[in-house]
Amino acid sequence: MSSNKKYWKSEAELNPNDSIVETLRQNEFVEEIPTDEFLGDKENLASTSTNRRDFLKYVGFSTAAATMAACEGPVVKSIPYVVQPESIIPGVANYYATTIADGYDFASVLIKTREGRPIKVENNTDAKVNGSANARVQASVLSLYDSTRVQGPLLNGEQVEWSSLDAAVKSQLKSGKQVALLTQTYASPSTARLIAEFKAAYANVSHVTYDAISEEAALNAFEARYGERALADYDFEKASLIVSFGADFLGDWQGGGYDAGYSKGRVPAHGKMSRHVQFEANMSLAGANADKRIPLTPSQQKVALAKLYGKLNNASVGGSLPEVIEKAIDSVAKQIRKAGNNAVVVTGLDDANAQAVVLAINEQLGSKAFDAKAPKYVRQGSAKAVNKLISDMKSGKIGALIMDGVNPVYSLPNASDFEEGLKQVALSVTFAQNKNETAAVSQYVAAAPHYLESWGDVQMKKGSYSLMQPTIKELFDTRQFQTSLLKWLGSDKTYYDYIKETWNVGVLASAKWNKALHDGVFVAPAVAVEVSSEEEEAPLVSVSSAVNALSKSAASGMELTLYPKIGMGDGQQANNPWLQEFPDPITRVSWDNYVTVSKADAERLEFINENVANGGLDGSYATVTVNGVPVENVPVIIQPGQAVGSVGLSFGYGKTAGVKEEMKTGVNAYALYQGFSNIQSVSIAKSEGTHEFACVQLHKTLMGRGDIIKETTLEIFNTKKAAEWNVQPVVSLDHQEVAATEVDLWDSFDRSIGHHFNLSIDLNACTGCGACVIACHAENNVPVVGKDEVRRSRDMHWLRIDRYYSSEDTFEGDNAKKNGFDGLSGDNGSLGGFLELEDPAANPQVAFQPVMCQHCNHAPCETVCPVAATSHGKQGQNQMAYNRCVGTRYCANNCPYKVRRFNWFLYNNNDEFDYHMNNDLGKMVINPDVNVRSRGVMEKCSMCIQSTQKTILDAKRDGRVIKDGEFQTACSAACSSGAMIFGDINDKESKVAELKESDRMYHLLEHVGTKPNVFYHVKVRNTNEA
Amino acid sequence: MKKVPYRNQLSKFAAATLVALLLFSVSIFAQEDAKKGKQLFNQNCAACHALDRKMTGPALRNVEARLEEEGLDREWIYAWVKNSSGVIKSGDAYANKIYNEYNKAAMTAFPTLANADIDNILAYTAAEPEVKKPVVVAGAGSGVQASGSSGGISNEIILGALVLVFALLVLMLFFVTKTLKNIAAANGVSLEKEKSEKRTPIWKAFAQNHFLIIVSVIVLLLSSAYFVYGYFMQVGVDQGYTPIQPIHFSHKVHAGDNKVECKYCHSSARVSKTSGIPSLNVCMNCHKSIYEYKGNEAGPSQEDLENGYTNEFYTKEIKKLYKYVGWDENEQKYTGEPKPVEWVRIHNLPDFAYFNHSQHVSVAGVECQTCHGPVEEMEIMTQHAPLTMGWCVNCHRETNVKVEGNEYYAKIHEELSKKYGVENLTAAQMGGLECGKCHY
Repeated sequence: MSSNKKYWKSEAELNPNDSIVETLRQNEFVEEIPTDEFLGDKENLASTSTNRRDFLKYVGFSTAAATMAACEGPVVKSIPYVVQPESIIPGVANYYATTIADGYDFASVLIKTREGRPIKVENNTDAKVNGSANARVQASVLSLYDSTRVQGPLLNGEQVEWSSLDAAVKSQLKSGKQVALLTQTYASPSTARLIAEFKAAYANVSHVTYDAISEEAALNAFEARYGERALADYDFEKASLIVSFGADFLGDWQGGGYDAGYSKGRVPAHGKMSRHVQFEANMSLAGANADKRIPLTPSQQKVALAKLYGKLNNASVGGSLPEVIEKAIDSVAKQIRKAGNNAVVVTGLDDANAQAVVLAINEQLGSKAFDAKAPKYVRQGSAKAVNKLISDMKSGKIGALIMDGVNPVYSLPNASDFEEGLKQVALSVTFAQNKNETAAVSQYVAAAPHYLESWGDVQMKKGSYSLMQPTIKELFDTRQFQTSLLKWLGSDKTYYDYIKETWNVGVLASAKWNKALHDGVFVAPAVAVEVSSEEEEAPLVSVSSAVNALSKSAASGMELTLYPKIGMGDGQQANNPWLQEFPDPITRVSWDNYVTVSKADAERLEFINENVANGGLDGSYATVTVNGVPVENVPVIIQPGQAVGSVGLSFGYGKTAGVKEEMKTGVNAYALYQGFSNIQSVSIAKSEGTHEFACVQLHKTLMGRGDIIKETTLEIFNTKKAAEWNVQPVVSLDHQEVAATEVDLWDSFDRSIGHHFNLSIDLNACTGCGACVIACHAENNVPVVGKDEVRRSRDMHWLRIDRYYSSEDTFEGDNAKKNGFDGLSGDNGSLGGFLELEDPAANPQVAFQPVMCQHCNHAPCETVCPVAATSHGKQGQNQMAYNRCVGTRYCANNCPYKVRRFNWFLYNNNDEFDYHMNNDLGKMVINPDVNVRSRGVMEKCSMCIQSTQKTILDAKRDGRVIKDGEFQTACSAACSSGAMIFGDINDKESKVAELKESDRMYHLLEHVGTKPNVFYHVKVRNTNEA
Repeated sequence: MKKVPYRNQLSKFAAATLVALLLFSVSIFAQEDAKKGKQLFNQNCAACHALDRKMTGPALRNVEARLEEEGLDREWIYAWVKNSSGVIKSGDAYANKIYNEYNKAAMTAFPTLANADIDNILAYTAAEPEVKKPVVVAGAGSGVQASGSSGGISNEIILGALVLVFALLVLMLFFVTKTLKNIAAANGVSLEKEKSEKRTPIWKAFAQNHFLIIVSVIVLLLSSAYFVYGYFMQVGVDQGYTPIQPIHFSHKVHAGDNKVECKYCHSSARVSKTSGIPSLNVCMNCHKSIYEYKGNEAGPSQEDLENGYTNEFYTKEIKKLYKYVGWDENEQKYTGEPKPVEWVRIHNLPDFAYFNHSQHVSVAGVECQTCHGPVEEMEIMTQHAPLTMGWCVNCHRETNVKVEGNEYYAKIHEELSKKYGVENLTAAQMGGLECGKCHY
């Protein structure tokens, strides 16, 4: 029986007499189509130039033309050099040693150039000081090819000649009014000499050095104690105990570059490894690597430091701290005493007292890791001088201001004062690479070259010199600041001659210039003689009064610690898409900065972080106010391990000028950087709206999956058998437990002949710094996809560094809890238990794990590819033939490690993705040996097959056997901490073969039976309290 | 071109002995021998001097007579040739004048030349210019490529002949039947026409035979599929691509006639992935002194003449080079206004295929001709090989790896050859067929 129900679409239908219903029933459209009106308008139709026939002709012609054009291949032109430079062979890379010294990053590096184009930054292994390129330095090569760069000198935004700029400056120099040079830290002997000469020639010239992120406190403390404006150097390799009070020495603390030494001491050898205790507010990279991390607000850190000093000197120090902390300090003091001169204490607190106390402790200990005799010069800025300059500018005393390497309008907390002052200055000149905030308000913008186009020299540490040399001719009409100074001095010398002169007279002694230039670095023969007398000098700042002052620190309200992010640093390279897309090692957020708050504070202030259906992370907005200066709409991240009562916010974001629209991300934290102190007392409140983060990993824990990150303590590692702390997974075969490695679906091939590449990753040495991620970008032409696409989980990083938290205090605790589950519900039930496990602890342990394609010998991806686009090579590499791939994405689904990346769009040549790869300039960074993938193909880590093949070919051509260490991948070459070692395990003498035999070796998800060619080393934590 | 017919060798030998004899016999009688002088001149002087035009050094025709006007005798010439810089240093006015006039490029000293040799050279410079044989040029200077036209003609002739033969055969057949019929008629044999019932026309019979239809449709489909496949497979394959280049560069003249080693110009093939199109300064290494094309002694061949490849034609191409590189012939100076040559690329692998010349040229010792064909015979460069993947892979399957004397291969060759039980390993056995070896 059919139903008589009546279905209706609108109420009108219920009325049978409704005329509209009737009309609609007859007509498709409610209103009549105005065809008559259109066709009836003969006049208009007649006057139109395109009639129907023409239209059809055009369509026909263009279709035919397109078809015809498609039949014929394009004519490709090959244009050889007219005169080929002797050193360039097309197709063969040249390497040049140079140095980056942009005022924030200082490092000796090698630049790989192809056909005269710099395409990659590599570590200069000859350098003893800062020879490793961090993520920003790795990415700096892309900034060279930034299409927003200033292409010639500008006057009020109009292109002018250099001569006009020179004339303007010279007239000011002769006017007698004060001419101020406001520059970055150069740490350059030649520039120092040049500026001194300049000052001698023009009496009205003054020079102010300015660091965007100041190390004022440390510089002042060092100067007070040792009489030199410099920073103490530390060698963490020599320390068996490292105690840090808020110093992110694996990040950018005091210029950075400490991770290589630190990692060497962290690998357990002969039963020993260093112990690292970190007191800090924000979860920093150093804190994440610490054996014991104690979250404390900055004011508590100061008190704790004072107490530690007291305990080491058996003096009682006032100030109150929670009992747990007191105990921890007791324990640390005991450990320091025991370690003696093997201990080292460092601090990142922007407080001259704290810095002075730390210097005193280290000196008292006679710490081997502490070096005040050959200090570092990488920060020289003076906040006092900058402030004086601003007040002078405002009072009209300054006739001309010439800036180089600085962007004060962006990075000064009192930027408005500066701008006001700038209006009083008759002539303002900015040497800048792009039209940044300062350039926008300066009269003249002097187009400055990138460091890869410049000459220079640097003395990063006393006695350790390095040279900067151009690796490409200037792309634009740019001129270096130093060359300009020489010009204004009326000298016809080039800056190159000037450096050579400085070096031949003052630096090289008997060494050869060409050798120094070739090596990029030069270490002066022992300079220790002159320093010895200084010890007798009484410290100018009394330590006891410093301790006293520290112990009285207290804070009102929330305490903010401002910090530089690994990816962005001080924000100079904000227009670098590689760095924007680089996920922060801790929060795993890209394309943003944010305020980090603890979970307790978040609950109190009603901040929320939630994961939405598409996997993206959403967060509340907050308004952060310091002394009445608000920064609005700061996204909030709830950070496990953030000290309660403290918040963190990073510099380097919120740029408004000189960057592409896509790169205008985050908020400018410099507004809160009052008095150049990274510690501020703030008020924070929730504001309206939800922020969409581009976060590549959820803030969840490992949930007790001990076979992903294996971890143990030094004690167990030393005393127990490997089978106990490096448990081999077992599977059931015929109802019997057998080792997972023994069961296999597949027949194995004989891989003992030829090369067999393996990559070893030591979780103890890996600090999570991310240099490898950017190196991989540069080597393999990995595209940048932008914030929206990252949020859709379409990030293209071939190599990611996973960060895991623990829900208990330790990962072991997680495992124990998981194993203790009993039944589904109840007290020990897995249902509630897993929910609890998802939640990271207030102070979780953190582990980093770089994951790239594991190059499984029994790869699940290979068996499911319908077109055999991915296959296995004899040398152990899982190969991907892009031209064969049809994009079914079965392989990505079948990959247990989730390392395959699908290319959703044509990221090059696409204006929707304006990340340098779509213009001719940005394309110059592309590695010509690696394919630029197109839309619709799967891509992934190739284990740098282009580089292993090249190494083999070079050996074949020379007719020699390959030595260990010659094989490198981009990531292993970039890894200065020695966490990644690559090589041929069939070469039994090789390091990687030795590492594979280590007790600590394990494979990721071994029970799946994929037999990967990447292996990890169990993380060992030094939990020895005594 | 290793194989030279014996006949040629013999005749060359004969000619050489004849010349030698002549030279010898003449030199007995003459003190100053222009012919010997010519030889010496070409050996020692021709790199910088010509008889009738300025090059790096001045023109040398009648140089002695000119010097005499300056009041310089033969002794001065001896001194100059043997040690010119010495003469300049001695402060000799004329020597310094010349030195400054020619961009202060000091003349190479020839201390080994005997005075008699210099006499001979001077005799040569004083000799009357040779009267050039008038060259009959048919359609000279047209410069338009006309290759293949001769081949076309011969094909037509063959085809024509074949048509004629077939026509003759048909005619003969016709006559034979006619004769046979006549004979039959004469013998009284009547050729009765079979009176059969009306036969169905063949097409109707075919249409009724379903089996035949199916078979023929299948055959048709298969064959068309074959041709369509063949058509599609040659899309993007540019075998035989012979574009017109901005300069008519003849590999035949360079690599063939003059036996210039391939890797002299394409030097990066030894060390790099690209063979490298030589930069123009490499051309100028030779063409600074080779300013005109003289051709072979015998003069241009008939075929060359037909194509317009006369000496003048080639000389004009050399002038084109000068224009590109910015070489002022009269001043013997670079103008500093070069213009790069936009060659049309012939061998163009797609970007997703990685090919490395040095691997093949230096390591494997593959002759350039293996892939590029007989370049030394190519007047105009053309793509010899299809450059398809199948073509690459075939070679990798068939070619043995050259392991001798290469320490890199020592271990892997020993182990692999044991494993496969072979003496020589092919590139494929070495892993040369893996996707990732060329695609990354």
